[in-house]
Amino acid sequence: MKTEDITTGFDWKYAPAPEAKDHIKLKTQYDLFINGKFVKPNSKKYFDTVNPSTEEKIASIAQANAKDVDSAVTAAKTAYDKTWKKMPAKERAKYIFRIARVIQERARELGVIESMDGGKPIRESRDFDVPTAANHFFYYAGWADKLDYAFPNRKPESLGVAAQIIPWNFPLLMAAWKIAPALATGNTVVLKPAESTSLTALKLAEIIQECDLPPGVVNIITGFGDAGAAMVAHPLVNKIAFTGSTDVGKIIQKAIAGTNKKATLELGGKAANIIFDDAPINQAVEGIVNGIFFNQGHVCCAGSRLFVQENVAEEVIQKLKARMQTLIVGDPLDKNTDIGAINSKEQLDKINEYLKIGVKEGLELFQTSAAVPKKGFYCKPTLFIGAAQSNRVVQEEIFGPVLTIQTFRTIEEVIEKANNIPYGLSAGVWTDKGSKIFNLTTKLRAGVIWANTYNKFDPTSPFGGYKESGFGREGGLHGLMPYLKF
Amino acid sequence: MKHDFKHSPAVDQVGIEERVARFNTRSIKKESKLSGLKLALNMIDLTTLEGKDTEGKVKQMCYKAMHVADDLPGLPTVAAVCVYPNHVKTAKQVLKNSQVKIASVATAFPSGNSTLKIKLDDTKLAIDSGADEVDMVISRGEFLKGNYNFVFDEIAAIKNACGKVRLKVILETGELSTLDNVRKASDIAILAGADFIKTSTGKIQPAATMPVTLVMLEAIKDHYLKTNVMIGMKPAGGISTAKNALQYLVMLYETLGPKWMSNEWFRFGASSLANDIVLQLGKEQKGVYYSKDYISID
Repeated sequence: MKTEDITTGFDWKYAPAPEAKDHIKLKTQYDLFINGKFVKPNSKKYFDTVNPSTEEKIASIAQANAKDVDSAVTAAKTAYDKTWKKMPAKERAKYIFRIARVIQERARELGVIESMDGGKPIRESRDFDVPTAANHFFYYAGWADKLDYAFPNRKPESLGVAAQIIPWNFPLLMAAWKIAPALATGNTVVLKPAESTSLTALKLAEIIQECDLPPGVVNIITGFGDAGAAMVAHPLVNKIAFTGSTDVGKIIQKAIAGTNKKATLELGGKAANIIFDDAPINQAVEGIVNGIFFNQGHVCCAGSRLFVQENVAEEVIQKLKARMQTLIVGDPLDKNTDIGAINSKEQLDKINEYLKIGVKEGLELFQTSAAVPKKGFYCKPTLFIGAAQSNRVVQEEIFGPVLTIQTFRTIEEVIEKANNIPYGLSAGVWTDKGSKIFNLTTKLRAGVIWANTYNKFDPTSPFGGYKESGFGREGGLHGLMPYLKF
Repeated sequence: MKHDFKHSPAVDQVGIEERVARFNTRSIKKESKLSGLKLALNMIDLTTLEGKDTEGKVKQMCYKAMHVADDLPGLPTVAAVCVYPNHVKTAKQVLKNSQVKIASVATAFPSGNSTLKIKLDDTKLAIDSGADEVDMVISRGEFLKGNYNFVFDEIAAIKNACGKVRLKVILETGELSTLDNVRKASDIAILAGADFIKTSTGKIQPAATMPVTLVMLEAIKDHYLKTNVMIGMKPAGGISTAKNALQYLVMLYETLGPKWMSNEWFRFGASSLANDIVLQLGKEQKGVYYSKDYISID
């Protein structure tokens, strides 16, 4: 019996394990979901949505203009006044529970579409995006008839019409984050997904239709920034909820100045992930990888600035490089893919621009050696070693799989550097010592701080930022407040 | 140089468990599954460690070690058989012309509660009878007392007695209670001269688990990064399905890399795993699962 071929050690290649997509039903053209029906856009225009891993068109998406926005907001206002506001809270809850259950039933379909349209690996859409989206609906459904207990003696009341604008990094999950608390608190909704990832929001519209929600309670319109601006400016809108870039957040702030519209803004981030020498180093390395390479780094709370204590920096960087070499970059629909496609050509161009800037700033660049597919928008996992506070790649949000590495000696130094940034969304701390964790969590100016883990999300836990990362909290009990008046 | 074993690197249990969960989402199909299963088969230490073991049972197991499934051409043998010292001679008779190695447990297995002299005699009995590898147990009582240097010295003494015979050190992780202790015991064993570190005797539950094995693989990795010396790993007990074996191989591959992907550096201590692998390989070759009645149970 010959066994030489397998006793000398071998490089194990995982055979492709593609998730089937033959069960997916997609239309060639999608219209706007207004007042419970899919209607053609007033503009008569459609734009293409593209699969970023193949660069092929998936479907045509209706482009809403100001008139479409007006009919969506009017429908939401009418639904609010005539049905939703008057409905007993426990009846509202039943609808939200129903949405959660149908998301679970159609999880596989939603996961595959999310990966096709957005480029994220199926492992993430299957194990994170879709189940967490369902959990948000379940969680807020539970609150709907308990608001008086959530805020005792404060007589919480709904606001009216919520205009919600969401980004392309977690399309279905962000829709759930926005719609679930709005409905639970008795508001009606006009939601606009990002133009590059409209499909799962439109699938959610189908689910909402299937769940028999009263017409107009949830309206989903697709289009570009002009439609978003029209939503923000519409006089019948009472509440703006926006997740996206800090630049657009500032524009929204200006637009609603002097009105009584309430707003929640969840904007950019540039989180510090801090590794002390007494940390569990091997798990910290894993946490660094999850922090920055989760969803190709398209995460506002990504741990994009790594701070390593000087005496373990060499070990951490060596292990991090080795771990990165095992990351599989490729077809988002392959179950073994760790890092999928960059969401769009524009975003890839932006990341590549930052790669050039980092190199020009004199930083040491490290990228993994495995080849990436020729077709599609891909970026190799990247490190910039030897970075400093003054580097642009440290100061500006790249929103891609790019990590800058800085070293530090003392706790005071790392706190000062971690806070020395306009953003303040999240941070990570790695140490085996509990007292050090509490010391840092009180001094870091960030909305979310993870200790010995990273990128953990739960519907029961509030999420949101400080400084230019925005204001207002989503998730948990806190996530109800922005949709209520007292 | 005296090592301070009180300060082994910290281990975060939550992080370990998450990493293991991630290994288990790997989808191993087609050729990668076939080659993985054959490799796993070739890494098995086919084991019988019972008080009631007979000469006949040991002989049958040794025959099986060389002929795992004769109706499926192209299968490798297992790596070794693992028996008590008094059965090594019997195993040697059957296996003398094969490449299947003979591993013998020793050192007052499974409890390890005896004197160093008796442990050394036990080891000598195994080696003189013809064992190629010795599987020793550490003194868990002394370890838990914090008597780390006692544990270190004992392993070093046994290693000295082994000479060129490869030494596997069983930590009995089911009795060590925390992953931090598993890491510490791994470091002690490696520095004391272990060629392999092994999770369990199979007599204590839980036996091998993926989190425990990952902690031990990390100890091996850290040692390799510092010294360039490779140490082997043997999870033992509780791995009985081909699927689980593939998950272990994914963990090995993504933690230590291709160099460790051979029975020179990784073993499964198992008795029923071989048959499940045969069942799965038979399905790949014949297209259908055949009845377990077609697979011999020795």
